[in-house]
Amino acid sequence: MQTALRTSLPETELPSRANFVPHARVVHEERTAHTGGRPLSIRGLRKSFGANEVLRGIDLHIPAGQFVAIVGKSGCGKSTLLRLIAGLDEIDAGSISFGGDVQPEDIRVMFQEPRLLPWARVLANVEVGLGRDRASSDAHARAEKALSEVGLADKRDQWPSVLSGGQKQRVALGRALVSRPRVLAFDEPLGALDALTRISMQRLLERVWRDQGFTAILVTHDVSEAVALADRVLVIEGGRIAHDVTVNAARPRQRGSAELASLEGSILSHLLSADDRT
Amino acid sequence: MSLIDSVSLPRSLRLPRLDGLIQWIVPLAIIAIWQVASVTGFVSTRVLPAPSDVVLAGWKLLLSGELLRNIWVSFWRASIGFLIGGSIGFAFGLANGLSQLSARLTDTTLQMVRNVPHLALIPLVILWFGIDESAKLFLVALGVFFPIYLNTLHGIRTVDPQLIEMGRIYGMSDGELFRRVVFPGALPSIFVGIRFALGIMWLTLIVAETIAASSGLGYMAMQAREFMLIDVVVLSILIYALLGKLADSTSRVLERATLSWHPAFQKR
Ligand SMILES: Nc1ncnc2c1ncn2[C@@H]1O[C@H](COP(=O)(O)OP(=O)(O)O)[C@@H](O)[C@H]1O
Ligand SMILES: [Mg+2]
Repeated sequence: MQTALRTSLPETELPSRANFVPHARVVHEERTAHTGGRPLSIRGLRKSFGANEVLRGIDLHIPAGQFVAIVGKSGCGKSTLLRLIAGLDEIDAGSISFGGDVQPEDIRVMFQEPRLLPWARVLANVEVGLGRDRASSDAHARAEKALSEVGLADKRDQWPSVLSGGQKQRVALGRALVSRPRVLAFDEPLGALDALTRISMQRLLERVWRDQGFTAILVTHDVSEAVALADRVLVIEGGRIAHDVTVNAARPRQRGSAELASLEGSILSHLLSADDRT
Repeated sequence: MSLIDSVSLPRSLRLPRLDGLIQWIVPLAIIAIWQVASVTGFVSTRVLPAPSDVVLAGWKLLLSGELLRNIWVSFWRASIGFLIGGSIGFAFGLANGLSQLSARLTDTTLQMVRNVPHLALIPLVILWFGIDESAKLFLVALGVFFPIYLNTLHGIRTVDPQLIEMGRIYGMSDGELFRRVVFPGALPSIFVGIRFALGIMWLTLIVAETIAASSGLGYMAMQAREFMLIDVVVLSILIYALLGKLADSTSRVLERATLSWHPAFQKR
């Protein structure tokens, strides 16, 4: 199993990535006309809050359309990384690029809390996701389409307060999808849901990702969720990417298969051994 | 406030048919007992006139036009004073809720002024304005200012920061953020302020009209007292109560209409 685990060494990888990025850009520019994904390159990313050095040099390349999961123990900086990718916080050092110009609508985030406007009906909440296109004439139609993609077309005129937790999160997903983002970042979006709702939401996430082909970055504390959904699992430790694990299992994946279970086991043992050292 | 009292009764306990009527049983019973007590002489009419006498006095004043004129004057003073004080309070609440600079500049001063009971200013106000209209308007506006200011400010400051961040992420401009997120979020608190302010509005007006006025309901009551017309005194008090109730109901209707998204106002 250890063969699937590859400890990333930024020093040795940098040259190869430097060669790779321009390539990716060329390939990608042809793809974006039709499909959703954007590549993501992060170089030497650092972020501190006061004396607390949270990210100490993140180097990462995510090819367009890849589904990446980020795991790590609580407080290791997963949310911080995601907020930097989404442009919500200032970068201290390093760079994040998406292989060319991106519009704000191209990058969307989904949080653990649905963050719906309680005073707007479900459909109006989805329309918020259109960004600058909110005022356009097809705003309604686009929002309705996004709402049916998440299976809530019949709730369009409801207030958010009458929805269940899972339904609220689906509305939030519809809102994130409505602008056809190229990169979608999820910060533990299913963390507050019960086990069954979680599994159906995981299926939904996988389905919209396959349909739309955006680059997905999922922060989760659930390693089994990470190996079930992602092409690649990154383990953050000590402010760096400590492990970069490729998940080769074919899709649709068999939940609880021996292959996924052993991968999950080895990632967990990494997380736990890191815990023992500190 | 209203959010709490409208959820306090479990819905299953309410009988929808009787709901509208049941609240009138006690007031009607009190009036009936009062009438009987007056007619039988159990309560002297010099202490409390019979309800029928009050109605009669009201009818006479209505015919002479005096009643409507005084009600109109009081209503006008209340509304204009409320509009002036309310708008200024709302404007300061918005400014201080949205701008740190504005808050640091004015909030402390306003909080200090708040500690002066506005009715304590009556002698000073009479010296400044005499018993002119502006004296009453000034007092009402001042009384109304603080509840609206404080609750608007509180409402804006307690809007969920996660929603504001969401609005920013989805590219809302400042204006849009205010219209779609901040203002609707502050509205329940603003309504609490409005309902407090309405109470203070009538209270201030009653005191001001009783002490320094030459028209209005309070003046009518004081005139009647001089001529020992106790039925007119009681009439004025009852009309004040009705106007207060009217203002409160209006704000409730507005509240229901604008806060229909709020779980407390939803019909299941
Ligand atoms: N805005 C902030 N100000 C100060 N410290 C912060 C802030 N955001 C996060 N941190 C700190 O950064 C560290 C990483 O936080 P976070 O990225 O939220 O971790 P997690 O991996 O659990 O998502 C924590 O120690 C947290 O206290
Ligand atoms: Mg987090």
